[in-house]
Amino acid sequence: MRSAIVVWVALALAGCGAARKDDAPGPGGRDAAHADPAQEIRASFRARGQAGLDRLQQSEMQQLCSRERPEQLPADVRHALQAEALASVRYPEDGRWLGDWQRGEKIAQTATGLQYSDPPEAPRGGGCYGCHRLSGTEVAYGTLGPSLYRYLERNGRSADELQRTWGRIWNAHAYNACSVMPRFGDAGILTAEQIRDVMALLFDPASPVNR
Amino acid sequence: MKPRFCTLSASRIGLCAALALAAGPPARAEDPLSEYRRMLGDDNPAELTVARGQELWRTPRGPKNASLAACDLGLGPGVLRGAYAQLPRYFADTDSVMDLESRLVHCMATIQGLDRDAVTAAAFSKAGEPQSDLEALAAYVAEQSRGATIQVPQQRQQEIDSYTRGRALFYRRAGPYDFSCATCHGADGLRIRLQELPDLTRPEGARSAFAHWPAYRLSQGAVRTMQWRLSDCVRQERLPELVFGSPVSVDLITYLGVLAAGATMDAPSLRR
Repeated sequence: MRSAIVVWVALALAGCGAARKDDAPGPGGRDAAHADPAQEIRASFRARGQAGLDRLQQSEMQQLCSRERPEQLPADVRHALQAEALASVRYPEDGRWLGDWQRGEKIAQTATGLQYSDPPEAPRGGGCYGCHRLSGTEVAYGTLGPSLYRYLERNGRSADELQRTWGRIWNAHAYNACSVMPRFGDAGILTAEQIRDVMALLFDPASPVNR
Repeated sequence: MKPRFCTLSASRIGLCAALALAAGPPARAEDPLSEYRRMLGDDNPAELTVARGQELWRTPRGPKNASLAACDLGLGPGVLRGAYAQLPRYFADTDSVMDLESRLVHCMATIQGLDRDAVTAAAFSKAGEPQSDLEALAAYVAEQSRGATIQVPQQRQQEIDSYTRGRALFYRRAGPYDFSCATCHGADGLRIRLQELPDLTRPEGARSAFAHWPAYRLSQGAVRTMQWRLSDCVRQERLPELVFGSPVSVDLITYLGVLAAGATMDAPSLRR
């Protein structure tokens, strides 16, 4: 599985190198600096607050998904990305899937966290409403992701479903390679406890998502 | 409740806009802004900033006590009409592709002798502060291109390279959220919360975005520029700070400008 990714990255990089050699860089000045995209990028950012320059470094997944049409990646590469993402998911050790939906709602409403303008010690939000409809009464929801309104009614609450939903929140690439959804668990955006609370927002019959 | 008591007063616009936006669930996302535009009619508080920019352009300033009359924005020294609609472009004197704002800094440094770093550090005014000189100048120069057709040049190899890099950067995912520009601006009809997002992978979305910056932002009560727009997107992408006038910023603006070709400039505009 993993070898598919490695081969693909190697081919992609080889292709880029060849293309760049054909582009004769202009004389001197900024144009010369531009010959190396990595250098251009490093020179264009400044570390600030909690956002260091290390954030510019791409993971293998980020590199592969930085294409105009990531859905056109070869099937084996997509499968490998999904397998790797699925392997990254850490499920609750005590088997406790659901926390407090009221805390979950607050996490879903809060979009701050990890920006250089955010205090590093402040609790991070999930920003779920930025992209999803959740509660039936919250009209200020985004449309980048599917509606999650009436999640329980539509998906049930089987062990499989709980595991799948947890996995999607932890690392959405497990089920959808190059998903635009942040890897809330894998990237350490939310804690496992916070993910439990968001799970409760989705699955608790008393949650406004299901009422 | 509609905030009908709001009248055109530059200092109050931001507050009024906040009230308008908070005045209840709108039926459609753009309703509060449309309503506000209707109330303002042809008045845009950015006019005050444009007037200050004109003053700044014409007044001799800096250690060299020079005005910006000799500043070449691409169409010849002092030629302003239509210049903004053709930026970014390649400038032989710096051997680089520059957008309006980095070119203005260059002129202020070389013609007026002002300190480049000081000008750049003060580029974006903070909340409640007066507009920066750069913001005022950008608003003034943009106003001189109102009605002009966007035609960001792609003749020089450097200009073509800038577009190509900008396009690749647009899709580059990085940071703890794995975001790229395309994450939010890669499809039509999407929104974050109630904010509608232009699809900047297509000419229609790029035209609407490119034609309207700088803009008076009601939510901030201030004129904001294209460099600011990019910088604040990058902040929300959880990346480090985008350096003002940096190669990445210019390349992204070039990408957007080339995609926006053929549209009519209408800046400074009024934005949420």
